[in-house]
Amino acid sequence: MAKKRITKATYLKWYEDMLFWRKFEDMAAALYIQQKIRGFLHLYNGQEAILAGSAYAMEEGDNMITAYRNHVQPMALGEDPRRIMAELMGKVTGTSRGKGGSMHMFSPEKGFWGGHGIVGGQIPLGAGLAFADQYLGRNNVTLTYMGDGAIRQGSWHETANLAMLWKLPVVFCVENNGYAMGTSVERTAGQTPIHKLGEGYDMPNRAVDGMDPIAVYDAVYEAAERARRGDGPTLLEIRTYRYKGHSMSDPQKYRTKEEVAEYQAKDPITLCLNKIKEKNWATEEEITSINQRVKDLVAECVKFAEESDFPDASELYQGIYAQEDYPFIKN
Amino acid sequence: MKTIQFREAVCEAMTEEMRRDENIFLMGEEVAEYNGAYKASKGMLDEFGPKRVLDTPIAELGFAGISVGAAMNGLRPIVEFMTFNFSMVAIDQIINNAAKMKQMSGGQINVPIVFRGPTASAGQLAATHSQAFESWYANCPGLKVVVPSNPYDCKGLLKSAIRDNDPVIFMESEQMYGDKGEVPEGEYLLPIGVADIKRKGTDVTIVSFGKIIKVAYEAADMLAKEGISCEIIDLRTVRPIDYDTVIESVKKTNRLVCLEEAWPLGSIATEITYKVQSEAFDYLDAPVKRITTTDTPAPYSPTLLEAFLPQVGQVIDAVKSVMYVK
Ligand SMILES: Cc1ncc(C[n+]2csc(CCOP(=O)(O)OP(=O)(O)O)c2C)c(N)n1
Ligand SMILES: [Mg+2]
Repeated sequence: MAKKRITKATYLKWYEDMLFWRKFEDMAAALYIQQKIRGFLHLYNGQEAILAGSAYAMEEGDNMITAYRNHVQPMALGEDPRRIMAELMGKVTGTSRGKGGSMHMFSPEKGFWGGHGIVGGQIPLGAGLAFADQYLGRNNVTLTYMGDGAIRQGSWHETANLAMLWKLPVVFCVENNGYAMGTSVERTAGQTPIHKLGEGYDMPNRAVDGMDPIAVYDAVYEAAERARRGDGPTLLEIRTYRYKGHSMSDPQKYRTKEEVAEYQAKDPITLCLNKIKEKNWATEEEITSINQRVKDLVAECVKFAEESDFPDASELYQGIYAQEDYPFIKN
Repeated sequence: MKTIQFREAVCEAMTEEMRRDENIFLMGEEVAEYNGAYKASKGMLDEFGPKRVLDTPIAELGFAGISVGAAMNGLRPIVEFMTFNFSMVAIDQIINNAAKMKQMSGGQINVPIVFRGPTASAGQLAATHSQAFESWYANCPGLKVVVPSNPYDCKGLLKSAIRDNDPVIFMESEQMYGDKGEVPEGEYLLPIGVADIKRKGTDVTIVSFGKIIKVAYEAADMLAKEGISCEIIDLRTVRPIDYDTVIESVKKTNRLVCLEEAWPLGSIATEITYKVQSEAFDYLDAPVKRITTTDTPAPYSPTLLEAFLPQVGQVIDAVKSVMYVK
């Protein structure tokens, strides 16, 4: 695949997308406080440049899979954000008809395969999606995301070996945001940097600046091309930061306000906007109208979700087996 | 007596035992510096230091297996799973190693270890985070499985579990950690494998365990107003099961309802039902009823979750149906 140019249009899209993702997550947090969203809620704030750069590197038919910090990824691949908000509120119009909730978004038609709550559980699945593409002779790759915490699971090590052995078309992207819940990367391993975990399997690997969508695009593009050529997987350690707590009930005693501020100074949305202004790619008016569009769309998502129905109790037995008349035990 | 929270009962039990025996250590995700994901190990890092209270990476198979090995070689580990849903990553080490070592070695090797953490639903957390594996673990010879329902039972049973020379699965609940209850000021232990009659009654026996027993209490309160007297048995341990207490009660009430927060197939409720029909068939005045979750993965949506979980109304209906009253 030819490498895409980064143009004015790219920047404007990135700005609008990333701003929307940020505002969407902020709204989700507000709705959580109003108890309209329940359970766990893991927000993507701060990590948006990874998704912007990655999505730009994806081609028709490529796949993405990640963990539970997963509300905005399907939108980047074309899913209707109103359906994501509806899922967060447990409504029948949601992407999983209200059954999955915050941690389990799925849009397989758009190439988004979840949304996984068990840490590390998605790593072999990502390689399996790639296995199927290879088997079926498709020239597609699977971007498989995991946290800095998740890569300490055994599932990573077994999958890394198999993916190298079979040269699977997969790109492993570690979103290193510094922490797994309250545990810093330094406290989870005697070994750093994380991308060196590829070495034991002879897997090409490198660190990437995750606050810069261009750096992410370049790295993911290069890795995807390697996979498409049949040269197998790559491990990218994409360095980023999560601005919010791990989930909604995290007092964040494990880090300082200064540390958070340090990363917010490199905020990808602000930097993107600065670049647009510097290059005179948009007037103040145009920027205001982007901001308004974002605001309106978030409001529309909430309205759609609020006005949707909760699933009827009869839905409980739907969609569990492919067999439609599966005989459930009813006590 | 003093009043403490369930999480404090967990913490006191571990702390008291660790003071008695230097070979006991606690290991798990966020147990040390964060004081436990649910604050059940609050202050323990300060008291015992990082040698005995260890934060682990997210590597359940690794740290569970390492702890089994340590138990084989003279230590007495307490392994915390942030929830038992995540013990699935480690279940090979529990079932194939911890549970089998004694027998496979011809009785030579003990594995004195406790695996503990919360089980079952804790609200709208959906399919992977709401599972109750009590009956899975209870199915496996070599393990003991304890599921307390209040701070008093929790503390006394956890201390016994830690002193036990066999592997014990000890299951708590996120939704119980804030529950308060009275415990003695001084030391006490409760025996594993002994059920407790939480309420005396004459008309119907309700057998349950763990957090969901509170649904039985509520149902019994409402039934009492209608003049129906329920005897509520808390199994407390689901391997071994105290069948005698259940059978004695059924011989008195002649009616049985089992209440369990788990899937129906092969549940503890099913096992109790088998034993009762086998040993007290002639005493039963009605077929046994069981209330479980629905035979489905747990859903996220509040309307579906309510339909999934056992409800007070279902218990009331079951009691009335075994009494043949409307
Ligand atoms: C197998 C398993 N163990 C523990 C958990 C609880 N848990 C959920 S998220 C998390 C931290 C993961 O951190 P990381 O992989 O760095 O991802 P991040 O949250 O930073 O995006 C933990 C321990 C889980 N969901 N699954
Ligand atoms: Mg992380």
